[in-house]
Amino acid sequence: MSKHHQPQLNTSPHISDEIRHTTCYMCACRCGINVHLRDGKVAYIEGNKDHPVNQGVLCAKGSAGIMQHYAPSRLKAPMKRVGERGEGKFEEISWDEAYEIAAGWLKPIREKSPEKLAFFTGRDQSQSFTSWWAQAFGTPNYAAHGGFCSVNMAAGGIYTMGGAFWEFGAPDWEHTKLFMIFGVAEDHDSNPIKIGLGKLKKRGAKVIGVNPIRSGYNAIADEWVGITPGTDGLFILSMIHELLKSGNVDLDYLIRYTNMPFLVNQDKNSDEHGLILRDAGGKQLVWDRVKDAPAAWDAKGVKPAMKGSYEVDGVPCTPAFMLLADKYLADEYKPEAVADRCGIPADRIKSIAAELAKVAFGEQIVLDRPWTDFRGEKHEQMIGRPVSFHAMRGISAHSNGFQTARALHTLQIMLGSVEVPGGFRFKPSYPKPVSAHPKPHHDVTPGKPLNGPHLGYPRGPEDLAIDADGKAKRIDKAFTWENPLSAHGLMHMVISNAHAGDPYKIDTLFMYMANMSWNSSMNTSGVMDMLTDKDENGDYVIPHIIYSDAYSSEMVAFSDLIFPDTTYLERHDCISLLDRPICEPDAIADSIRWPVVEPDRDVRGFQTALVQLGAKLGLPGFVNEDGTDKFEDYADYIVSHERRPGVGPLAGFRGKDGKGMGRGEPNPNQIQAYIDNGGFWIDHIPEEASYFKPWNMDYQNYAVERGLYDAVQPYVFDVYQETIQKFRLAAEGKGDIQPPEHLREQVHASMDPLPTWWEPFEQAQVDNNEYPHHALTQRPMAMYHSWGSQNAWLRQIHGHNPMYVPTDIWEANNFEDGDWAKITSYHGSITAPVALMEALNSNTIWTWNAIGKRKGAWALQDNASETTKGFLLNHLIHELLPSKGDGQRWANSDPVTGQAAWFDLRVKIEKTETPSNLQSQPNIASQESPVSLGPKNVEYGKEWK
Amino acid sequence: MTTLPQSTEKKLGLVIDLDTCVGCHACVISCKEWNTSNYGAPLSDMDAYGAEPVGTFLNRVHTFEVKQENKPAQVTHFPKSCLHCEDAPCVTVCPTGASYKRVEDGIVLVNESDCIGCGLCAWSCPYGAREMDAAEGVMKKCTLCVDRIYNENIPEEDRVPSCVRTCPAGARHFGDFADPESNVSILTAAREGFDLMPEQGTKPVNKYLPPRPKTDVEQIDILGPLLARQPEETGGFLGWLDRTLEKL
Repeated sequence: MSKHHQPQLNTSPHISDEIRHTTCYMCACRCGINVHLRDGKVAYIEGNKDHPVNQGVLCAKGSAGIMQHYAPSRLKAPMKRVGERGEGKFEEISWDEAYEIAAGWLKPIREKSPEKLAFFTGRDQSQSFTSWWAQAFGTPNYAAHGGFCSVNMAAGGIYTMGGAFWEFGAPDWEHTKLFMIFGVAEDHDSNPIKIGLGKLKKRGAKVIGVNPIRSGYNAIADEWVGITPGTDGLFILSMIHELLKSGNVDLDYLIRYTNMPFLVNQDKNSDEHGLILRDAGGKQLVWDRVKDAPAAWDAKGVKPAMKGSYEVDGVPCTPAFMLLADKYLADEYKPEAVADRCGIPADRIKSIAAELAKVAFGEQIVLDRPWTDFRGEKHEQMIGRPVSFHAMRGISAHSNGFQTARALHTLQIMLGSVEVPGGFRFKPSYPKPVSAHPKPHHDVTPGKPLNGPHLGYPRGPEDLAIDADGKAKRIDKAFTWENPLSAHGLMHMVISNAHAGDPYKIDTLFMYMANMSWNSSMNTSGVMDMLTDKDENGDYVIPHIIYSDAYSSEMVAFSDLIFPDTTYLERHDCISLLDRPICEPDAIADSIRWPVVEPDRDVRGFQTALVQLGAKLGLPGFVNEDGTDKFEDYADYIVSHERRPGVGPLAGFRGKDGKGMGRGEPNPNQIQAYIDNGGFWIDHIPEEASYFKPWNMDYQNYAVERGLYDAVQPYVFDVYQETIQKFRLAAEGKGDIQPPEHLREQVHASMDPLPTWWEPFEQAQVDNNEYPHHALTQRPMAMYHSWGSQNAWLRQIHGHNPMYVPTDIWEANNFEDGDWAKITSYHGSITAPVALMEALNSNTIWTWNAIGKRKGAWALQDNASETTKGFLLNHLIHELLPSKGDGQRWANSDPVTGQAAWFDLRVKIEKTETPSNLQSQPNIASQESPVSLGPKNVEYGKEWK
Repeated sequence: MTTLPQSTEKKLGLVIDLDTCVGCHACVISCKEWNTSNYGAPLSDMDAYGAEPVGTFLNRVHTFEVKQENKPAQVTHFPKSCLHCEDAPCVTVCPTGASYKRVEDGIVLVNESDCIGCGLCAWSCPYGAREMDAAEGVMKKCTLCVDRIYNENIPEEDRVPSCVRTCPAGARHFGDFADPESNVSILTAAREGFDLMPEQGTKPVNKYLPPRPKTDVEQIDILGPLLARQPEETGGFLGWLDRTLEKL
């Protein structure tokens, strides 16, 4: 028997030589990180406790940053293609030669027809810069990835209430008592939701998860609603029916803070039918129920009516609230009428509605915090309705997602739970109504910049990007009658349209961080064919492709010229208030990335490459008057550029003295000031300004002081959406700009000024007996798109992806462990391994997103599990709906915003023989790797032993 | 065979809240990145970019489905690492004295210089909480970040295991179970924390908090009072509207 023996142990070993604070980029969450360096190498990455986003915590992806930074898949130098597209054969070249080639393509385009450049950035966190570059170039064809990500959430929220979920707002984690999530997996945002759920769990607050799949957050929800995909809007509107029927809506809130009292024109023959009545000064009218007369909505002491029919100057009208009540009190929204379609029993719908009402109205919370509203009325307290909501792709990636997002915001507003204690709160620069956003700009002049920012929020048909003949001006057909409010563009249509030459042919496709030949496209096999297709002269149909990526992704192989990007630890970036900020409801904040380690390869941050290419092309803003380069690199731009006088990419430490907050002249030492402050800047919103922000004058004034707005802009929520009605009127034949005949019906049906629901398009069109099941993907918490697979640690968690099948389908097919299945949609088939999952909607199958990889990509070995058993669902999803035989191409998208409807997918599944080589299908031929493969084994940290 | 200390001054360990764990694997990877560079041999990854990558992890998250009658199936995420048992069979089975339990805090460690890689300890552990490192041939296990929790080179507030510091949902708690007033003792008492497989008789120090009962059921009778319709005799919805407006 060995005796108890304790060796001497040094419990205070040396950990690191230095800690550098920067911002994570292992996903889009943008957490603050402390990077520990030892002998110049990254030894450990942990969350930054002072950082507003993650408050010290860090997810699996963030902690795996070491393996990302040192991944063998990192590109080494600029490259030009020497083989055929798709083969992956490249030759390394110098940056000078790379810029020379790019300028050789781009200069003639700019002089003659700038629209022949399509510049689309993917998971770009510098859109305010990349869009500015595209604007200077003069092409109308710019967007990032929002069109296939979650434009329905953003646009639905902004058109309804001047803000949306994720970057735009957050639940009041400290006060909420009931939290309900719709369609949320590891979608945005990552750590803040987990931190928030932890707080709720600590307090014992209730969480209701609405999701066909009970994983992740839904697994810990106290109550799970395994809804049928694509029916969330119907479920929500049925709950609104219940709340109205029982008199459980916050009438005072609706009168004060929404357009529900506004009078709506009821003359069906009028060109202004359904629009809001205004006085001579342009102010919206309400009916004063005391004076029994019309009055401006914000007139002093006005007591608006909420029902009744009136006449103003001969125009019959009624308060918008009456239209809403009439619509949702109808029997079609009774729980019994929607239960079967939603897959939720009627009593369950009723009980959840009852619980929302009970908590919102029965458990209201009061903060003794005086505040003053925009009418000048002083309130001694802040009254809160402690129910809050969050939603993500589960509702937005459907062809009815825009109106579903609007329905959810309407539910929040009916409960009086937006911008109140315990409810949902905006994060600056939100609240920001449509009127404070730009309109889309698309006027092209050869050799000149575009006439304004590409993306924006149309106010009516006059803002569409169509020419006099109705032809799309943009290659992605954003802002056309097919999808009028496509505020984020339609990246998923670019390659398909460019290949079809519809609406026109392009010359150069320029992309960044968008794996379009693989997991970032619908119809992956089809996209690869389009990228490699040649015309009758033997030239590629899409003549030139420039791509920037840090890693050897699938898209690299399909490109002609590669700008190798740095890793996230080697680069400058700004997480800017001009862009997608990292603010919190109680604070405005922004942050930087900086090279905490220097690149050991001939790579440049993509934004620096754009700065340098912009100067070479002589783009306005990128060169001085004498023709010399305006900026040395992206860091120089971040510090020097002013978007408006005194307002630049970074809000903190402005001015010569570095004390400017939001406003102030450029400070050449700004980046160092951020580094010294932990990589970020934060300014806390005064307590009296912290809630009721759209109507709170303390907040409004604060926002102006900090440069978020240039003038105060209080507004009310547009539950009734007049802009949308304008498009509907056009569909009815009113006005000068009207949709083409074949789209009239679709525009009329989808452009409903009140939230509505329609059956998802694919489901409505395909034979549901032939394709009886729904098929979905979810993003794993430990992976971010393709990036995780090259990560030696993360790929051990999700190295392949089974198709998860619910009990009913499992038993009907006599599936057993280890079985494989053929899954078929109207568009295509895949063969993949299956696994049983009971906690799943009984008619839905699903798998993890973006696990499957092409052989030869990401510096993985050819037999890597991601390339054998791993598979993509994308092959089953088409960017177009099945042909209707009318000669038109109908997009598989939301008809309002153009959001890719990848969650509408319908499939059949059948057992198939297990392949002897355990190879999923389609099995795409290997690409050559432009980088050498990684080592066989890894023993990270051995040198420090 | 190696002896255990008669008793330990402290009983350091973890409480893991299964009601809160979302299964994100943050603890798994944070553990990996800390421990591969710190105590003992690196945590290797064999065939790191190939067909069957197999690495050493001191902490892993398992996911289980549970189906009860008349209830929809539930999913539970279950993080598992060494439980630092009071009667640790992995120590007593060790032929060289390499496995030991520290007197001062009860942490079970492997003295790698004495470890011959025989694997008996892993075989004896009922929880499967030890992993043989394939590259170094030594046994690896959770150290409760013994090189963090007393480390004077890191800020005092960070002297907790890496998994605890990183857990986004706050589902992991670290403390001294020998102290009835400690955070972990109080939490365990309040939430009916339980031992994993107590029948094994190893007296694990780590505790788990059970998932709270779910309120979802497949067939509901009446979960709570449903909303009463506004009665037709008082004008239904419009009557309610009038009465409410009068009060505003």
